[in-house]
This record gives sequence, structure tokens and C-alpha cells, in this order.
Amino acid sequence: MNERGFGLYVHWPFCRAKCPYCDFNSHVRETIDEARWRRALIAEIDHYGGLAGGRTLASIFFGGGTPSLMAPATVAAVIERAGRHWRFDPDIEITLEANPSSVEAANFEGYRTAGVNRLSLGVQALNDRDLKMLGRLHDAAEAISAVALARRHFERGSFDLIYARPGQTAADWESELRQAIAMAGEHLSVYQLTIEPNTVFAGAYRRGELAMPDEDTAANLFETTQDVMESAGLPAYEISNHARPGGECRHNLTYWRYGDYVGVGPGAHGRLTIDGAKRATRQHRAPEAWLQAVELEGHATRTSDPIEPSDRAAEMLMMGLRLVEGVSDANAKAETGRGLDELVDGARLARLVEGGFVERSAQGLRATAAGRQRLDAVLAELLAGANLSMARN
Amino acid sequence: MTDLSHIRNFAIIAHIDHGKSTLADRLIQLCGGLSAREMRDQVLDTMEIERERGITIKAQTVRLAYRAKNGRSYELNLMDTPGHVDFSYEVSRSLAACEGSLLVVDATQGVEAQTLANVYQAIDNNHEIIVVLNKIDLPAAEPERVKQQIQDVIGLDASGAVAISAKTGLHVDQVLEALVERLPAPKGDGNAPLKALLVDSWYDAYLGVVILLRVKDGHVKAGTKIRLMSTGAAHEVDRVGFFTPKPETAAELGPGQVGFLTAGIKEVADCKIGDTITEDRRPMAEALPGFKPSVPVVFCGLFPVDAAEYGQLRESLAKLRLNDASFQFEPETSAALGFGFRCGFLGLLHLEIVQERLRREFNLELITTAPSVVYRVHLTNGDILELHNPADLPDPVRIDHIEEPWIKATILVPSDYLGPILKLCEDRRGVQLDRTYAGSRAMLTYRLPLNEVVFDFHDRLKSVSRGYASFDYQLDSYQEGQLVKLTILVNAEAVDALSCIVHGHVAESRGRALCVRLKELIPRQLFKIAVQAAIGGRVIARETISAMRKDVTAKCYGGDVSRKRKLLDKQKEGKKRMRQYGNVEIPQSAFIAALKIGDD
Repeated sequence: MNERGFGLYVHWPFCRAKCPYCDFNSHVRETIDEARWRRALIAEIDHYGGLAGGRTLASIFFGGGTPSLMAPATVAAVIERAGRHWRFDPDIEITLEANPSSVEAANFEGYRTAGVNRLSLGVQALNDRDLKMLGRLHDAAEAISAVALARRHFERGSFDLIYARPGQTAADWESELRQAIAMAGEHLSVYQLTIEPNTVFAGAYRRGELAMPDEDTAANLFETTQDVMESAGLPAYEISNHARPGGECRHNLTYWRYGDYVGVGPGAHGRLTIDGAKRATRQHRAPEAWLQAVELEGHATRTSDPIEPSDRAAEMLMMGLRLVEGVSDANAKAETGRGLDELVDGARLARLVEGGFVERSAQGLRATAAGRQRLDAVLAELLAGANLSMARN
Repeated sequence: MTDLSHIRNFAIIAHIDHGKSTLADRLIQLCGGLSAREMRDQVLDTMEIERERGITIKAQTVRLAYRAKNGRSYELNLMDTPGHVDFSYEVSRSLAACEGSLLVVDATQGVEAQTLANVYQAIDNNHEIIVVLNKIDLPAAEPERVKQQIQDVIGLDASGAVAISAKTGLHVDQVLEALVERLPAPKGDGNAPLKALLVDSWYDAYLGVVILLRVKDGHVKAGTKIRLMSTGAAHEVDRVGFFTPKPETAAELGPGQVGFLTAGIKEVADCKIGDTITEDRRPMAEALPGFKPSVPVVFCGLFPVDAAEYGQLRESLAKLRLNDASFQFEPETSAALGFGFRCGFLGLLHLEIVQERLRREFNLELITTAPSVVYRVHLTNGDILELHNPADLPDPVRIDHIEEPWIKATILVPSDYLGPILKLCEDRRGVQLDRTYAGSRAMLTYRLPLNEVVFDFHDRLKSVSRGYASFDYQLDSYQEGQLVKLTILVNAEAVDALSCIVHGHVAESRGRALCVRLKELIPRQLFKIAVQAAIGGRVIARETISAMRKDVTAKCYGGDVSRKRKLLDKQKEGKKRMRQYGNVEIPQSAFIAALKIGDD
């Protein structure tokens, strides 16, 4: 059984500009009163600390939006406040997502001093034409120096790339990926571009202005990526995440292993066991409404619902099969009181095993490389016949 | 009791949109049948669907009180009849209740095929026919050309035609005068035993079954014990009356009169159109001529999209049948589509109407399988099987030969489109019987196999003629055909809902088209899928849907769990509507879409 960890997610919802592909909860504002925002984030930490305090915190993750627009003092205050409610694991991982522009790079050292020990940079592309197309505010040269600077200040880190961009050839991507690997440390996230609803790209795609690769091209790009990364010593440990052994993002592993995490800030989600029942929590999404609610009530929780055992089982499989390690029987038992064989339909599982999409071992269930590449279909198949309603705590 | 010489009974014959209902509205208004407040467009079309599509499904009558220019008062009975080929028998019975007809022709359009069949029926019923040219207020009206066409195409003297605009009311009074002057009065003997024609019947929630009738001889009133000759069943009349179009109770109905009666009858199915109504105490020796029970000619399967709605579908079909005895249904089970019903209809329009009413009035989402005709399968042991469902076709070794129904079709088309129409008819195995020209239009008479007509013929006809061709048909005879059963297999398993009986010549192309279509419709899945078309055991076409290569959400973190799980829940719901073929599941929607293969 892998340690699932316990994490804290902090959402900073602001960006300097909205990227055309992004459907995250991010907003552009002329000015913000950062002191108010700092007080509000701290208030929510106090709220959840009161509900589920005393545990050992294995990770903190500042996500967004663009958390590198936060003043280092705000980051420091949040980390300090978390420490009042939860014991910090000696190896605590504290990640901050940052944009690789020169403006933001100026704050890197400050974040390090504030307690951040892992930086995740939104590089996205290593050529100016594509960076522009993706609506990024930095150029390739800035990104390259930001990565170098981050590696000087932080022992751990990662950066993101987006591939299968309109007009990108397989050869273009392969050489760009090799260049990225040469720059990378222990971790790299590579995402295939997908068109998300309610984005600028969605409109352009609908109007036929974006030529997206067809399924076979997308599959070839995915397979090439897997091969190149693996031979470079950065194998996938999750669908889109690659690391040298030990370099995995512990915070994200908590999500995929279906551990507990607290979510604070606008639109943040959590999975948190309170009084023995695992709950799905969600904070108010709109930034100003969130701020007002926190100032009035001390928190902006919109929902905090106990999760049905059947839904817990589904969520655990859905997240866990994204990992190369898969889902262990031990975790399944801990979460639902039942072993994996009791949770899924035997005939469907057998078909998937026979097709080479999943593997069942004495320890657990995992998706193969072929299965991970088609995981949405595999999950639909596996969970359709699942007798999950029988699962009990 | 109105003197026979003061009664005129007439029907209105017209093509869709040529103004039949509008003219009826004007006649009712002129005779004061309804106040302005009660008047609305197409008052006689009571069903929503009739009003919307401009077609009449049920016969309606209106008694008009008209004071003619000669100073005498007349009782005019207007019979609004169904105007479509599917209901030609119903039309013939309505016509049999009248002595004359108004032939309404759109002066901007001219004669259409549907009009022809009904005019000929009226002529067969010895009707005096008054030609009415409608829409003469429109700039495009060409009354002289249309008159000539009526003479050339129908062979009817149109010199006395009344030119009107039903819309503006222009010269509508002349129509009333013509009815009085030119139509013969009905004949009948008031002292003879009751003899009446059952014109139509429908179910009323309060009154039970209402019978529309035309009295030939004798009288009928409340208390009369009537007998329906086809079944011998006797009923005591509760009430007689007529429509203005509002129902009005009358003391009695006598010879020459048209009206309604109720007699505590429970089922419309017991009141067959064309039946003879007589007095139980003094029955007629012989029934009126022309009665025949209605026989469905087109069959299809109706399945609820949501299997949970099966019970509701059964109830709805039963309710519809209360009012429409010509439509039949029996339970059917399909491996691909689940539980449903095999339904029989008088024709394609009838099928569409029933389907649409189920959808609208009963709020049911339905899957309709490809319409099929009734085949006569001659077995080697000498038995003859009437086949309503291609899935029931016996093993080919037991079949000696198969007969299929042929129709006689009349097509009217502007000469410019003649070429493609001829080609369409030839492609559909048509045999030309006649080709004549009237002005710029051609009239074609073809013999065609009905199974080629139920398969998208009408849509094709409209599309190759840009909507200008009009088409009508009547059943002709059964004829032996080189027919085969085309089976569609998915991963070597037959999809019953897609099997059909086709002529040997088209089987291959039809099979190939279905395979290609299914390949487009069935989404890639984890496993590859073989789609095949076969005749008997011989595979004639094959398509392979290759296995899916990539299908995975790129980003899924702590904030995405709830949304992603709900998506999976939705997919799980969707899987309930899938059917397992080997190791793949095919969405029902793919079969539904494939069934619409003729639509484009």
C-alpha cells in the first residue's frame, strides 16, 4: 500500500491574461487588494484546520490562475498558517505554479525564502510562434532562463508543455521534446492540447479555424512522447506526468491515490474525512463572491457532502488507474471496505484483461500502456458493469 | 323533416394546400353555422396534426342552412373527406354518402396526382362534379390554362367552372348557388326499413363511439334498435343529430340526411367504415355495396427509445386504436431494440401520422424500423404465409417462391423533370403503362413494387423534381419476385432490426450502403468491429471499424474529480441503451440512424 498523503491546495484565481485554451477558474483583474485576499485565504485555512486539524501535512500546492502573481509574503503567510493547524511532514513538498516570464522570475528567490521547495513552470512551448498562438505572455528565451533560474533556487521542480498544437508536426514535437528533456530536472508534465468548452479555442474550433489532429495522429504523438520520455529516463508515472524515480509530485499523487486533501480559495475542491466520513468539498467559484463570503462567514464553502461508498469506489478507480502503479487492493479495502474483485464486474474485467488494457495482480489492478492511452473508454467499460452500489464503508 | 328536394349532399375534393379547408370555412360562415367569435381557421380539422399538416384524417360533416336566390331554403351537407391515398377506401365511403362533389383546383398550380384518384372515385360514384378554381386573386392564377388542363387530364367539362378566392371570399356565394342548381337531390324512401351507410366513427370520452352516417331509406331516432350488418351486433340508439359543425341533437334522421348517432357502443373497431346500418326489427336483406374491411399494407416496428416506456407505448397504441381501427399492432421483440410492437398501417402517411401522434399526444420517444410490405411466402409444402416482418422469413430451403404487392402509380410532373423521374421509376423496377402530356406537364402511369415505394421513393421523387412531382397510387396485385433477405451482421451476430427483404438486383448495393453507413455511425471502440451484409449465408459486403487508438483526458487533478465522475455516471446511463455484440457494445442510436438510411 502506497502512502496516500494528506495535502493542502491553495487556489489563486488571477492571471495577467486568460489563455485561449484554458478552462480553469482564472480571472483577469486590474488591481486586487492582496492584503484582503491573504486574510481570506488564511481564514479558510483556519476553517478547515478547525474541522480536520492535527493531521500530518505531506504537501501544499499553490495553483491557479497564476500563483506567481502572489507576493512572497502572502505565500509565506499561508504556509505559516497551515503550520498552526497541521504537523508538517519532515519531507513536506510545497509546490508553486509559476509563469516563466522575467517579471515573475524576479520573485523566485522570495518564494524559496517563504518556504516553497518545488516550482512548476508553465512553459507550454519552446518556440515563439506557438507561445503566441497559445496566448502566453513569455517568449522561448525567457522560458529557458526561467527554468535555469528555478533549478538554481529550488532542489525540486517541473515544467509543463502542451503538444498536438495546430500545425505542429510529429518531427517538430519530437525535437522540441528532446530540447525540453535536456533542460528538465526530475519532472516534466506533457499535455495533449484538448479543446475545452467555453474557451477561445472552442469557438475557433467550432468555426473551423483550428486544425486539430485526428485520432490516429493524436495517438501517434502520444506514443512517440511515451517512447522518447521513457528512453530519456523520465517514464510516465501518470497519463501526462513523467519523472525520474523519486521525482514524482507527491501532492498530485495524493489526488490520484485518492487520499485526503483540503482545498481553499475560489472554486477549490477538497476530499476530506471529517468525523469518519469522506466528504467532497467545494468553495465558491467567483472570486469576489468567494471573498465576500469568507469575510462574512469565515469560509466560502458551497458544498460539503459525504460521498456515497459507490461514488468513492468510482472516484478511486477513475483517479488510480491514471497512475502506472494502478489501484491497490489495500487502498480499495481502506476506502470502501471491499476488495477490487468485489467492486468491478468480472466479465467486463476479463474482456479488458484479454484485450491487454488492464492487468490484475495479487496486489491490485493497473492499466497497461495501451489501457492508459484509452483510459476514458476503459473506465466507462469497467465502471458500467461495476456493482458499486454494494460497496460499503 | 326536410323535403328530399331541398337537400344537397356534397364532398370537397382537393389537393393539399389547394384550399379545401379554407373554402369549407367560408361556406360555414356564409350560412351562419358559426359566429365570428367561434370561427377559426380550418374549423373542421380538429386534430392538431390535421391543422398543421393541412390534411384531413377523419371525415367531418357540416349541415348548412342556405337560403338560395330562388327564395327556397336548403339543407346542404358538406362532407369533408380525408384527402390522401392511404385513406382511399375511407374517401370512397364518404363519396358514396354524397350525390356530388366540388373539385377545388388551385388556379396557380393546376391538377395534382392525388386529386385525380379522388375525382375518379367521385365519377365512379356517379357524382355531379362542380369545378371550382381557387386562388384567382393571386397574380399567378391562370384559370383558362387550368380549365384546359382539367379537360385534358381528367376529361371533365370545365366550362361551367366557378372562379373564386376562398381566402377573400370572392364568388363563394356562386359555389352555394351552383350546389343548389346543379347537384341532384338525394333519393330515398322514408317508409322503407332503415338503410344507412356508416361513413366514419370515432371515440368520444363522454358519448362513447360516435357514428357518422348517411340515411338512404327509412328513419333513425333515439330508441331505434339498429343492427350493424357486418357483425350482426344490435344497439339501441341514444341520440341522433348533426353538426353545424357543433353537434346538435335532432329528433330523427331521415332519407337523404347526413348526421351522427350514439348507441352506447364501446369500440370503434366494431363500427367498420362502409358497413350498413339497418333496423334490428326489420333488417335489410342485402347490405349496401362497396363494404370491405380495411387491411394494413405497410408494417413497421415501433420501439420505445427508453425501455421503461414499453407499458406506456402499449396503452397509447390501444388509445389510438380506439379512434382508428384501421391500424393494427402486436407485440414484437428485437434483440437490438428490445420490446416493442409490430404495427400495420394503411400506408406511409398513415404510419407517419400515428408515429407523430404517439410522439406529440403521448410524449413518447420512438424508434421506427424500416417500413415493410406484406409478402406472400409460398412454402414448399404448399402453405402460404403472410409475412409482416422480414425477421420472420422462414429458412430459404422451405420457401418455394415469394410474391410481393405491386401498385399502380400515377405521377404528374412538369416535363422538365421527366428524365430523372423516368430513371427513378426504372431503378425501382417500374413498368411504364402510360405516358401522356397536358400542356407542360406529363402524366405517367407505372406499375411499381410497393416495397420499392416504401423505401424512400416519395422523398426521392420530391427531390429529383424539386418538389413539383405529385404522386398517387392504388394497390394492384401480387406478383412473384426474385426476393432475398438481406441480413446485417455486427461481429458475426445478426442485427434483427436492420434485416430487410429486397429484390436480388439491389441487395448488394443496399447491403454495401448499409455497411458503409454503419461504419460512419458506430464510434470506434476498444475492440475492432466487423460489419457485414449477407444474403442467406453469403457475405456480400464487409466494413471494419478499427479499434480506438486514443481516448484519455489529459488533465485530471483534485479539482476535476467530481465533474469527471459525473461524466462517467452519464456514460453508464448511456450504456443501458447499448446492445452487446461479441466483445463490443453498440449504441442504440447507431441503429436508429441506420434505419434512416433513406433520408438523405
